[in-house]
Amino acid sequence: MTVSTKPRWRAKPRWRFRQPSVLPGFGITFGYTILCLSLVVLIPLGALVVRSSRLGLSGIWEVASDPRVASALKISFGVSLLAALTASVFGFLVAWVLTRYRFPGRRIVDAVVDLPFALPTAVAGIALAQVYAPNGIVGAQLEKIGIKAAYTPLGIFIAMVFIGLPFAVRTVQPLIAEIDKEVEEASATLGASRRATLWKVVLPPLIPAVLTGFALAFARGVGEYGSIIFIAGNLPYVSEIAPLLIVIKLSEYDYAGAAAIATIMLGISFLTLLAINLIQAWSRRRFGYV
Amino acid sequence: MTNLRVPRSVATARRMRRLVCTLAFTTLLPAGALAQTELLNVSYDPTRELYRDVNAAFAEEWRAKTGETITVRASHGGSGSQARTVIDGVPADVVTLGIPSDIDAIARISKKINPDWRTKLPNEGLPYTSTVVFLVRKGNPKAVKDWSDLAKADVKVITPNPKTSAGGRWNFLAAWGYAYDREGKDTEKANAFVGQLYKNVPVLDTGARGSTVTFAQRGLGDVLPTWENEAFLVLQEFGADKFDIVVPPTSIYAEPPVALVDANVDAKGTRKQAEAYLQFLYSDKAQAIFAKHRYRPLKREAADPKDLAFLPEVKLFKIEDIQGNWDDIQKRNFDNGGLFDQLSKAGR
Amino acid sequence: MSETAAATFAAAPAKPDTPRSAVTEGRAVRWTLTAIAIVFLALFLVLPLATVFVQALSKGFETYIATFREPDALSAVRLTLIVAAIAVPFNLVFGIAASWAIAKFEFAGKSLLVTLIDLPFSVSPVVSGLIYVLVFSAQGVFGAFFVQHGIQILFALPGIVLATIFVTFPFVARELIPLMQEQGTAEEEAALTLGASGLWAFLTVTLPNIRWGLLYSVLLCNARAMGEFGAVSVVSGHIRGLTNTIPLHVEILYNEYNFVAAFAVASLLAGLALVTLLIKSILEWRYAGELAAGGRH
Repeated sequence: MTVSTKPRWRAKPRWRFRQPSVLPGFGITFGYTILCLSLVVLIPLGALVVRSSRLGLSGIWEVASDPRVASALKISFGVSLLAALTASVFGFLVAWVLTRYRFPGRRIVDAVVDLPFALPTAVAGIALAQVYAPNGIVGAQLEKIGIKAAYTPLGIFIAMVFIGLPFAVRTVQPLIAEIDKEVEEASATLGASRRATLWKVVLPPLIPAVLTGFALAFARGVGEYGSIIFIAGNLPYVSEIAPLLIVIKLSEYDYAGAAAIATIMLGISFLTLLAINLIQAWSRRRFGYV
Repeated sequence: MTNLRVPRSVATARRMRRLVCTLAFTTLLPAGALAQTELLNVSYDPTRELYRDVNAAFAEEWRAKTGETITVRASHGGSGSQARTVIDGVPADVVTLGIPSDIDAIARISKKINPDWRTKLPNEGLPYTSTVVFLVRKGNPKAVKDWSDLAKADVKVITPNPKTSAGGRWNFLAAWGYAYDREGKDTEKANAFVGQLYKNVPVLDTGARGSTVTFAQRGLGDVLPTWENEAFLVLQEFGADKFDIVVPPTSIYAEPPVALVDANVDAKGTRKQAEAYLQFLYSDKAQAIFAKHRYRPLKREAADPKDLAFLPEVKLFKIEDIQGNWDDIQKRNFDNGGLFDQLSKAGR
Repeated sequence: MSETAAATFAAAPAKPDTPRSAVTEGRAVRWTLTAIAIVFLALFLVLPLATVFVQALSKGFETYIATFREPDALSAVRLTLIVAAIAVPFNLVFGIAASWAIAKFEFAGKSLLVTLIDLPFSVSPVVSGLIYVLVFSAQGVFGAFFVQHGIQILFALPGIVLATIFVTFPFVARELIPLMQEQGTAEEEAALTLGASGLWAFLTVTLPNIRWGLLYSVLLCNARAMGEFGAVSVVSGHIRGLTNTIPLHVEILYNEYNFVAAFAVASLLAGLALVTLLIKSILEWRYAGELAAGGRH
């Protein structure tokens, strides 16, 4: 539908903020959006940046290089990387099984994947601690083979896999469903083995989605608090995560320290978001879809 | 273009809007509806059960005396974290914290408490005191008898983070004071002993209660140095067949003080009630409740002798006698770069 | 998804393989992979969920019910409902406005705007709470102003609501933007041409098209709003019977050795999660076409 009734809107080559449209309400909805965004997100985040800018870059660096802070950041990022990796591998497997295979109860399994989205983190935390504690169902078995799960970094890992899994599954699943079977058939007809077809034909277009899922699970894992503090043990240098250290710094009236750690984490969030956007842009160029 | 059926969705939208309005309206009501007098007691971690009883007793007495209905609300957490929330604006009428330096911090940073708070109430604001004892697993398999056993290589100790918990600080100071005395008043050796002890700590929770859960419910560690009252509570909650209490020959004189938050009671107009509440803590009735919950009451004569029988004779030392005033104690041990930070840096 | 759904229960596992094995894995591989996936999900997701209910009922149904007679538990439930009743409609209105502006118009800086709206997703809940502490605490940026005027923001309802709004901020907008983009502007333009007002066109054309997506996003937004722990924990002050939401009350009970009660209260939230999942799944099966593509949350 072209807009010929209002010729003054005909596109001119000069730059304009908004492309013309006959639809009304841009001003009010855009204004309201910006207002809400500013009040809820931008101003409070700005307060954080202002607070930590008083420290200056060197001040932030000083906080970050404090051994306890550094090790908390290392634990948060390191364990989160491992957990996101695990979630991606198993998430891919689950997504594949759910879209490609038929088995009784598949719908229920499919619904269960979203549980970590819907289950509050505190509930997940006490439940995971109960299951993986030395006297819990799984924890007791692990204890027998000499593995301590709860109250060690392994506990952090378990909680992070828990909350990251749905991201890994749900970003890949729709793309697996969309794979054109004919391409696979063509590959098979041309004599490729099933393994070759999977590696060379099926997997490559899924990589961006897997990466996006990985990045989302990672970002979520780094910031996670509720489910982890119940199961981690919270020992400095061993199983203390960065968000907990923020809470501890607050309890110690160390606002500057808390703000500095928060700023570092915020920076990583930005970078992760940026990475996701880059992956998607690359995927759009390379495969024609996100 | 098919969807120009107007009436139904508009009606739905209207209903939606009305619903939203009603919701928004009703939610604003409860905030204003709470007109009856309320006091807020911001307290430390293990006093949850204690103040439930004390608050009920006070409300009863206050109603008998004045006819006014009063609700005392309580909030609990690591003593340091609790002090921080008061500094940040929790409208506490009174604070009942685990260690004097936390009240000093509120007075210093927020100016909401009179810096002379120690002089406003009897016994420097201490209606009761306590000490640190050891909770061990039944039969004491690691044969823990004294503080020195906590630094042995095969003993795992559960204690809260001294940065956020008052109980954690008393444990730290008690261990230090013990070693200082044992090593002939050698500060370096006392520091080294505490460092050795904290190498045996697998979990540092933010509050005393978190540590108790870790030890008792999650089954971690061999010994839990903790508030005397907390140790008795564990026996009661988890059964005396699972744990034993070991009383070390010497321990620390632990001082959990109370204070009025002047700026808040004046802003809320609750000074009269809040002062009465604090005075009530020194009454015979409250003193008996303290003893019942295994705190050491200021007035022993007000308590039931049967309760007092539970509280063993221990040689108690005062940390102020060794380390000076609370500003110095806090700075030297627990502030950023203090002894605890140095030890945990060195000990990892 | 609908035709696969129909096949789910029809396809018995014993059904013989079609000769198309070149485009699928061997039966043994398929079974192994399925078994791994199911065992993994059972261990990581189902077992913890089941534990909540098992623990909640471990001392019998009487004890379970008694938990909810506690005034503190009731006030936690009430506070949680109040918070959700403010935060969810707020984000609903915001989400609709934002998606209208973003999906129906082309303007400069759009992707930046979308990224900013998305930001709360990737911010740690603790940081979300912290930023409000930095703004509103007595030592904070605007703290002095509010203290002077006797307005309690932190450690009271407004602070809890703000933190909740922050963590659920993108939920509705992120679901509606792709949905509205997919549907384009042709229908609304036609309605306008036929003389409808802008609001009318929105109510009669746009809204019916997005209703299932809207419900879907409100559902998830609500689940998160009621269950948020980290951010709320930083701004709440943990005052029993006053500023404790259900998740915070769970933590308090847990710290009071009252494990059965903690799990009982937690089972409320777990039940809410199950209901959310159920409605969500139903929406996905029945109205897959009317929801935004992909698994964004």
